Amino acid sequence: MSLLLLSPIVIPLTTAALGLVVRQRWVHQALMLAGAFALLGSTLLLFLRVLGEGTQAVQLGGWPAPFGITLVADLLSALMLLVTGLIGLATFIYSVQSVDSERKAHGFYPLLHALLMGVCGAFLAGDLFNLYVWFEVLLISSFVLLSLGSERPQLEGAVKYVALNLLSSLLFLAAAGLLYGMVGTLNLADLAVKLRQAPQPGLLLTVATLLLGAFGIKAAAFPLFFWLPPAYHTPHIAVSAVFAGLLTKVGVYALIRVFTLLFVQDVGFTHGVLLAMAGLTMITGVLGAASQMEFRRILAFHIISQIGYMLMGLGLFTATGLAGSVFYVVHHILVKTNLFLVAGLAARLTGTYELKALGGLYRSRPALALLFLVPAFALAGMPPLSGFFAKLVLLRAGLEQEQYLVVGTAAVVSVLTLFSMTKVWAEAFWKEPPHELPTASRSLPLGMAVPSSILALLTCMLGLFAEQGMVLSTRVAEELLSIEGYVAAVRRASP
Amino acid sequence: MESLLALVIGGLYATGLYMILRRNIVKLVIGLALLAHATNLLVFTSVGLTRGRAPLVPEGAETTAPGVADPLAQALVLTAIVISFGLLVFMVVLLYRAHQSIRFSELDELRNTER
Repeated sequence: MSLLLLSPIVIPLTTAALGLVVRQRWVHQALMLAGAFALLGSTLLLFLRVLGEGTQAVQLGGWPAPFGITLVADLLSALMLLVTGLIGLATFIYSVQSVDSERKAHGFYPLLHALLMGVCGAFLAGDLFNLYVWFEVLLISSFVLLSLGSERPQLEGAVKYVALNLLSSLLFLAAAGLLYGMVGTLNLADLAVKLRQAPQPGLLLTVATLLLGAFGIKAAAFPLFFWLPPAYHTPHIAVSAVFAGLLTKVGVYALIRVFTLLFVQDVGFTHGVLLAMAGLTMITGVLGAASQMEFRRILAFHIISQIGYMLMGLGLFTATGLAGSVFYVVHHILVKTNLFLVAGLAARLTGTYELKALGGLYRSRPALALLFLVPAFALAGMPPLSGFFAKLVLLRAGLEQEQYLVVGTAAVVSVLTLFSMTKVWAEAFWKEPPHELPTASRSLPLGMAVPSSILALLTCMLGLFAEQGMVLSTRVAEELLSIEGYVAAVRRASP
Repeated sequence: MESLLALVIGGLYATGLYMILRRNIVKLVIGLALLAHATNLLVFTSVGLTRGRAPLVPEGAETTAPGVADPLAQALVLTAIVISFGLLVFMVVLLYRAHQSIRFSELDELRNTER
């Protein structure tokens, strides 16, 4: 059992290490792909195990509960891991044909595996300090991935990204240290129990705010998102896709984890702040997107606005709200990664991301237009697709709590999202091309189209089976709201 | 001792923040380094300072005597120092590369990706 829990960390680690040693091109590539397949397989097995048998935990180092290093997979972690495996595999298949051989020679694949290891580790971490360490693992690999290729805009975006993320790590570390000084433990389950007795409410609120700042930077929430728009559109499109899908969501995951498990003493204040942040994040993100005329920048700004929806469910702090958040996170990871992949396909055909220079793609490439429409409509929340149900649940949860202001904001932002998606559609796919595009001569590489199609198919499935998805999300939310299962699983875990 | 360290930490935080706000790349690195040191000291201090009492189990006893230093805090700080130092080194290399290719020295000059 412990092997299965360790595998999402061990598999990418081994693959990355092998990738650094085996330099022969085809063997290297095959190994890296095999690693990505193995990661998806193991996360799927782990998800099924957690679904069947409840929260799984393991103690490393041979010490019992609060002393050893704990790895925990509850339903939320397992779900996030599964999506991570899926996005990892999709990106790997996509990058075989899209990433240039120079980047590959400089260790693109091993770095991507190291990034996945950091993400998986963060989802599995059972104590606050390990969460910090895994954050650093994923950050350092993301730094290198972001600047790989050393193009000018890349370096420029990377400087801001690195500086702000260093700052957020320091905030996180300070919060962890203060918390340890107060309570004498960093194990999440142990903290959850001890903080319920709330020894020093004032200090606790300080730590909560520090963590809110730290994870807020990582999740790109309202006042703290300024590193994202300059950084996310500069790297290679496959890197952008995996960042857009996973990295900010690790911040959201950490926020959900910390503000359901640890800081529920003063819900009126902390979750009120979260709710306000959510509303402002939505509105600033979507307004930023509306002002842009570049494919990737529009998408990058939309990440910010969607983070607001995820925080909204957490801020409402009801079973329905949290279920909506969880559903939204999964939906958004699939959709946003796919949108970046499609943007990469369009740029491959036309050689540009500027909407003004694009055009006529619908006439020349109807299949690509369809591939764009599915995730774009899902993002905007058109009825049969997954985004509609996610938003519906969140709005209903908001109405139940009578938070009309944030519900109104969410509804308006939905419309604005639809507006900017139609803008992309009209500019890139619908209008006459400004000059003769070389699309007819270039072929659409199958290896790049397949992962995108699979993600689009999954988005449709998530919409069609929204009821089952909601049942699962509600289960996740109920698990999050009652800590007994989590604590018991960690206590029970054999060293 | 605690109050002296508290003052040092506060001073480091203030200086680090001031350095970052100067918006010069060299000062940015210095500022981040100072903030990292401040945070490490904060973690170290918040757990409590104990002088000259090692967390060793005396012969024949099952646990340590009460009032010993907490080894975990030191382990945390050690890990954090390594991590923050590694990240800072990466930051220096990145800034050097960026300076080479973009020829900038003030952060305000990095506006091309934000238009």
